[in-house]
Amino acid sequence: MTHPLLTDTSDRKMLLLGNEAIARGALEAGVAFASSYPGTPSSEIALQFFHIAREQSDLYFEYSANEKVALEVAAGAAMCGLRAIVSMKHVGLNVASDALLTLAYTGITGALVVAVSDDPFMYSSQNEQDSRYYAKLSSLPMLEPSSVQEAKDMTRYAFDLSTMLKLPIILRTTTRVNHASGVVALGHLRRRMSAGSFHKDPFSYVCIPSVSRNLHPKLLKKAAEAASISDESHWNFIKGRGSFGVVCNGASYGYVVDAITESGYADRFRILRLGFSHPIPEKRILDFLYGCERALVVEEGEPYLEESVRVVAHKNGLTVPVFGKGEGFFSRLYEFDPGLVKNVLAKVFDTPFPVASPIDTSDFPATPPRPPNLCAGCPHRAAYLAVREVLGDSAIYPTDIGCYTLGLHAPLNMGDFLIAMGAGLGSAGGFARATGKKVVAFIGDSTFFHSGLSPLASAVYNRHNFLLVILDNGTTGMTGHQPHPGVDVSHLGLDKIHIDIESVVRGLGVQSVATVNPLHFSKAVEAVKRTSAGSGVSVLIMKAPCPLYEKTLPGYKSRRPYEVRPERCKNHRVCVDRSGCPAFHIEENRVEIDSHRCTGCALCAQLCPEKAIRPVAREDNKG
Amino acid sequence: MKTTRIMIVAVGGQGNILAAKLLGEAALMRGLDVRMSEFHGMAQRGGVVESMILLGDGDGYCIADGEADILLGFEPVETIRAAKKCSSNTLVITNTAPVFPFTVALGHAVYPDIPQALQTLASRVGGLTALDANSLARRAGTVQSLNVVMLGALAASARLPEIGKELLERAIREKMKPAVMDINLRALELGFEAVQKGVRGNSACAAD
Ligand code: SF4
Ligand code: SF4
Repeated sequence: MTHPLLTDTSDRKMLLLGNEAIARGALEAGVAFASSYPGTPSSEIALQFFHIAREQSDLYFEYSANEKVALEVAAGAAMCGLRAIVSMKHVGLNVASDALLTLAYTGITGALVVAVSDDPFMYSSQNEQDSRYYAKLSSLPMLEPSSVQEAKDMTRYAFDLSTMLKLPIILRTTTRVNHASGVVALGHLRRRMSAGSFHKDPFSYVCIPSVSRNLHPKLLKKAAEAASISDESHWNFIKGRGSFGVVCNGASYGYVVDAITESGYADRFRILRLGFSHPIPEKRILDFLYGCERALVVEEGEPYLEESVRVVAHKNGLTVPVFGKGEGFFSRLYEFDPGLVKNVLAKVFDTPFPVASPIDTSDFPATPPRPPNLCAGCPHRAAYLAVREVLGDSAIYPTDIGCYTLGLHAPLNMGDFLIAMGAGLGSAGGFARATGKKVVAFIGDSTFFHSGLSPLASAVYNRHNFLLVILDNGTTGMTGHQPHPGVDVSHLGLDKIHIDIESVVRGLGVQSVATVNPLHFSKAVEAVKRTSAGSGVSVLIMKAPCPLYEKTLPGYKSRRPYEVRPERCKNHRVCVDRSGCPAFHIEENRVEIDSHRCTGCALCAQLCPEKAIRPVAREDNKG
Repeated sequence: MKTTRIMIVAVGGQGNILAAKLLGEAALMRGLDVRMSEFHGMAQRGGVVESMILLGDGDGYCIADGEADILLGFEPVETIRAAKKCSSNTLVITNTAPVFPFTVALGHAVYPDIPQALQTLASRVGGLTALDANSLARRAGTVQSLNVVMLGALAASARLPEIGKELLERAIREKMKPAVMDINLRALELGFEAVQKGVRGNSACAAD
C-alpha cells in the first residue's frame, strides 16, 4: 500500500499530525535524504521517512547513532547538492550543536532543514530549554509554525530558503504543534534528486582558523540577507489595526487570536505573528510598534521575542511599554493555555476577557496517580531487582535516559542522578572517586550507542572504579521501538550491520565483562555479585528483549501467563511489593495476576518464597 | 460554526488517540475545520492519555479549564481527574469500568468511590451519562472496542449534531483495518443504543 503521505493530489485535504505535516512538507520539497535520532515529541517525523524509504528507494533514511551524527550525515548529503532533513528533540540539538555551529560557516550546497522540537512543560523530557537561542547562537535562519498547515508549508519553504541562502534552516516547533492534528491542504510532490556530486573547495569547507576567519563574515552577510527576507516574509504578518499590540509565535498565536476574536474587541487589537523569527524582522516590528500604545509579547519559554522587541523599540527611540515575562504576567515556565493568555491580556490591556468558569472540584475525592511504570514483563524490573538484591541502598546509582529511567519509582527506587544521554556512565567515575563508594551506572542499549562509547573509553583509560550495567532490550523502547546499531533488523529487510555490544565493550578495553538474562533471576544476582566485586571498570550486560517489541518479531510465541495458587499463597505480597509489576492487582484482598497483562516473564514466580506463582495450565489459557 | 470543544481522557491502551482520529476524520468528511492535540507522554506504560478536539472555526489547539463542551471519559477515575475542564454546561459521558492504577495495587493510593463521585459531578455539569463501555465492547467482540462504544454514546447524545452516527460509521469503514471493522461498527451501534434507549441521563451510574 502506498504511504498516505505520498498522496499526489494537490487539491486534497488530509487530517495530519503536526509531525506528519512536517514530513509531508519535506516530501513536497523533494527531500532525498533524511536522518534522525528519535526523541519525543519529534519521533513521528522520522517514522514517516523510515516507512516511505522502504517503499521508495530514491529516498534515503537512517536512524543515526545520535543527533550529532544524524546532522553530520545529512550535512554530507547536503554538501553534495541534495535536499536533506534531520529531526530531533530539543536536547538532541545540544548534542548536534557542535557540528551545527560550524556548519553554519561552511553552509551547504543543496538544502538542509534541521527540525527541532521543544517540549515546554517537559511532558517527556528532562528540561524545557528554549532552542530558539540556537538560531541566535549560530546565526542561522529559523522558522516557527503555529498550525499543522503551517508546519507543512513552512517545512517546504524552509528547503527553498535553504537553497537560496545556502544555509541550514532551523525549523523549531513545540510539543503542541508536533502532537497537534489538523486539516492540511496538500501541495504538489516535487521530484527528488537523489544523486549528488561534491565539488572540492577546501578553502571554503575546511574550517581551519584562516578559513573560518573568512567564513564568519560570509555567514554574517548571509544572515543580513536572511534578515531582509524575514522583514518581507509573509510568515511575519500583522493582523488588525487597533492600538493594543500583541506579538506572538508558535502555539501562542492560536490562543491570542481565539481570545481576541471571542472577546468581541478585535478592533482594538493588532497582532504581529512572527513565524520567521530569526533573524528578527526589525522593520516589521518597528512598523508594528508605531501603531501601538502598548505591546504584549506572548511566547512560551524564554523572553526571546520580548528581548528583540525591546531592542527594536530602544534602537528607534520608541517609548511604547512592552510587557511579556515577569511577575504577574507570563512565566518562563511550562506551557501556556487559552485561560492563562486571556488573563494576561485582560490585565495588560485593562479589557475584560470572558474566561470559562470551571466547576468546583475541591470536594472531589483524590484521584490515584498513574505514574508511568515499567510494563508488565519488562526485563529492566528484574535487572534492577538483581542489583538491589546485592547492593541495596549502599551503592550510588547514576542512571540514564530511556524507559529504564522509570526504575526510579517505588518499589524499585533505582536511580540517583540523571541529567543527559550518556551522563550516568560519564558521571559514575566522579561519584566513585569522590566518595570511595560502590557505584553502579545504568545505560540502555540505544543510549549506549548514542553517547556511551566515549565515556566508557574515558573511564577505562582513567582507571575509574564502577560497574556499568547495560540494559540491552534490543530496541529503543521509550520512543517507539526504533532500531539502533545493536539491533538485528534483518527481519525488516533492512540492509544494516548488527554490532554486538559485548564485543564493543571488550574492544574498548574493559576486562571484566559478563552477559546475563536478568529474568534468570538467581543467575543475574550471581553475575552482579561477580562483576561488582573487583576494582576498575566492569560491565554487566543484562540482555532480554522488550516485551512490547518482542511481539512484533517474526516467530514470536507468547508465553503462558502466570497465576497465583490460592492454596499456597500466604498473602504477604512479597511479589507485588518487590516487583511492582502492573499485572498484579488485589481482588477481594487477595493477590491476583491479570492474565491479559502478564507476559509470562516468570520474575514474580522467582520472587515468591512460597512457590505460589506458576504458569496458567494450558487449557484455561484461552482468554 | 462556533467551536465545540471535546476532551477525551483515558488510560494508555484504551484507544483514545484512535477515537479522536475517527472523530476528526468524521469532521473532515463533514467539511468542518478540526484541530486536535494529544498527550500521551509514556502512555504505553499505563499513564494518562488526553486528547483535545476542537471542531469548527478557530486557531487554538487546546482546551482550558472550564472550556470543554463535552468530556468523554474512558475510565471513571480519569473522568473525575479531568472534571476541572467542565463548566456547568458540559456534557459528560463516562465509562464506569475501572482500570486500577498499580499505585492502588501497591497500596500507595486508594481508588475512590466512583458512583458517589460521579453523582457529585453530575450535579454540577450540564448532563452526565454513565455506561459500562467495557461490557458493551465485549459484546461487540473485544474489550478493545470500548473507545468506539464511547463514540457511539457521543453520537447519540445530540450534543454534536454535525457529526452523526453515519459519519462515524463512514470514518470506521475508511480508516480501520478490515479485520476489526465489523466489531467496531457493532461497538458504535451498541454505544449509540445504550444512550438512545434513555439509560440514566443525569442520575449517574447505577454501578454495574
Ligand atoms: S509472594 Fe507468593 S505468597 Fe506472597 S503474596 Fe505473592 S504469591 Fe502470595
Ligand atoms: S510473570 Fe509475574 S512479573 Fe512477569 S509479567 Fe507476569 S505477573 Fe508480571
